[in-house]
Amino acid sequence: MKQTLFDKIWDAHVVEKIQDGPSVLYIDKHFIHEVTSPQAFKGIENRGLSLFRPKQTIATADHNVPTLNQHLPIKDLLSKMQVDQLIENCEKHGVELYGLGHPYQGIVHVIGPELGITQPGMTIVCGDSHTSTHGAFGTIAFGIGTSEVEMVFASQCVLQTKPKTMRINIDGVLPNGVVSKDIILYIIAKISASGATGYFVEYAGSTIRSLSMEARMTICNMSIEMGARGGMIAPDEITFEYIKGRTYAPKGADWDQKLANWKKLYSDDDAVFDVEINIDAAEITPMITYGTNPGLGMSIDASIPLIESKQNEGEKKNLANALTYMGLTSGTALLGMPIQHVFIGSCTNSRIEDLRLVAELVKGRKKHESVKVMIVPGSQQVAKQVHAEGLDRIFAEAGFQIRQAGCSACLGMNEDKIPAGEYCISTSNRNFEGRQGAGARTLLASPLTAAAAAITGVVTDVRDLINHN
Amino acid sequence: MQALQQIKSSFVPLPIENVDTDQIIPARFLKATTRDGFGKNLFRDWRYEQDDESKPKADFVLNQRVFSGDILVAGKNFGCGSSREHAAWALLDYGFKAVVSSFFADIFKNNALNNGVLPVIVSDDFLQQIFALGASDTLSIDVAAQTITIDASGAQASFELNPYKKTCLLNGYDDIDFLISRKATIEKFELEKG
Repeated sequence: MKQTLFDKIWDAHVVEKIQDGPSVLYIDKHFIHEVTSPQAFKGIENRGLSLFRPKQTIATADHNVPTLNQHLPIKDLLSKMQVDQLIENCEKHGVELYGLGHPYQGIVHVIGPELGITQPGMTIVCGDSHTSTHGAFGTIAFGIGTSEVEMVFASQCVLQTKPKTMRINIDGVLPNGVVSKDIILYIIAKISASGATGYFVEYAGSTIRSLSMEARMTICNMSIEMGARGGMIAPDEITFEYIKGRTYAPKGADWDQKLANWKKLYSDDDAVFDVEINIDAAEITPMITYGTNPGLGMSIDASIPLIESKQNEGEKKNLANALTYMGLTSGTALLGMPIQHVFIGSCTNSRIEDLRLVAELVKGRKKHESVKVMIVPGSQQVAKQVHAEGLDRIFAEAGFQIRQAGCSACLGMNEDKIPAGEYCISTSNRNFEGRQGAGARTLLASPLTAAAAAITGVVTDVRDLINHN
Repeated sequence: MQALQQIKSSFVPLPIENVDTDQIIPARFLKATTRDGFGKNLFRDWRYEQDDESKPKADFVLNQRVFSGDILVAGKNFGCGSSREHAAWALLDYGFKAVVSSFFADIFKNNALNNGVLPVIVSDDFLQQIFALGASDTLSIDVAAQTITIDASGAQASFELNPYKKTCLLNGYDDIDFLISRKATIEKFELEKG
């Protein structure tokens, strides 16, 4: 029978199917962090249990941690308590922790791939919706709630109903100035913030095949922003090359054996998807969002849609509310609008390639005086690489502030917040109301578009800067 | 988990689409290490001016005394965004036993069910009928029959509920107990998988 990539991995992990109910799905790797795990640890302790397979859980501290002076005690007492609790829980239950100060610490979805923990064919979960990132390696990876974290602690399984499948084919060559973040913002704008709810998405096509692993991760990362249970890409030589030699990658004969299995991970030629969408890469332009969900995005040189152009009352009201919050007017363009902050970071765009892109554009330039620019590398290893390549000097000369690894201003849990009413061009994944701080106004864009705005102080079409170079 | 069989109650209307979990419970309240007490911060930034409990926003429905009840009725794509289960805990702690909408985000739906909060999916049309009701109108939800009824008009809709999840809800069983009971099967699976 013809199978999709999703089916192959799913079928290999179903322990049993409950009659008229979900399946018991076996989980290969479980990532945890300080925010969504404490109640789960407490839960299994209350049941008098220990972790069923502690070696398959890996922990880091990322959501809540400060991104300056990480060597000092955390000032925010609640944050400190949560991070301390993680240390205590991991010690007590035998879970490997890459906490603050550890050379492997970083955003959970950056460190998993970087350490070679994430490998094709695996099932991976984490109490974080952006777990979909790991799908770039041909895994079934998805976010779970804390009760499900407790399920994995207790049984190394979760109960899941098999989602429907969707394939998004992107073919052709990306135009100049367009990067993987633009691809995913384009897709979400096209199908809406709920357009893939109930589906697991496979991204395919020549454009996807040409992308690096880090670029693929950016796309899979934002699958949840269109409601998808997860996103995945079939592994290929680019994937294998990325994994080879990493800290926890298989070695020797184990590598050969795993590699042979990984090569079988693709959707069969005639595999049937519930939905297929085709996109021509040439249509994609640098993208930016103007609203309060990631589906409210457009080409950077377009005008915000007219409220009257929306089909039903719900959508009209939605757009009107979003624009009120954002302080924007329908029918107007964003190009040239002053912004006050640029945030380059998050599990979407904080990897070395993202920072290289930014550095390449800003090299020899200075940030606009009215803009504050924050660069937050995704992990200690990324930060180390930034230094090794001298990118930190380029950023410092441009007037950008480089901070330490963590989720930072993506969700404003620590002190990295955008003040109320101010605009931030952000390489993160969510523009929800208050996401980057109460009243903060977020415009999602690619690292290139963010860097362009950092230099000019206004919303800028990066193609203009590149073409004038 | 508390068993849930029937609810008959007035409801709180929230006719907004794409309500994300950052609105239901903002990230700054996720620093707790227990499941308790999230209700007071439910919809925090829609409820209060400048994060100040002495300044309730008069136009937000939770601040309008006329609306109350065990059921929240919301626009489509409720619970999108972050996987934070704190959103379900906040709704439960505030006193909601069910959320009615025409569409729910997947992770939220699971989180709600795992906490005994029932997501009731109705058609857009039925949702609009509810939004058109008055504050004193009541809804009746029957978990076993999988029906929701507008008591005044008798209009009724049935909703989907996985039979397994239905058994859990009706009896207050949770998934963790079930999974623990399957350990032998899981160990066998591990051996065969190698």
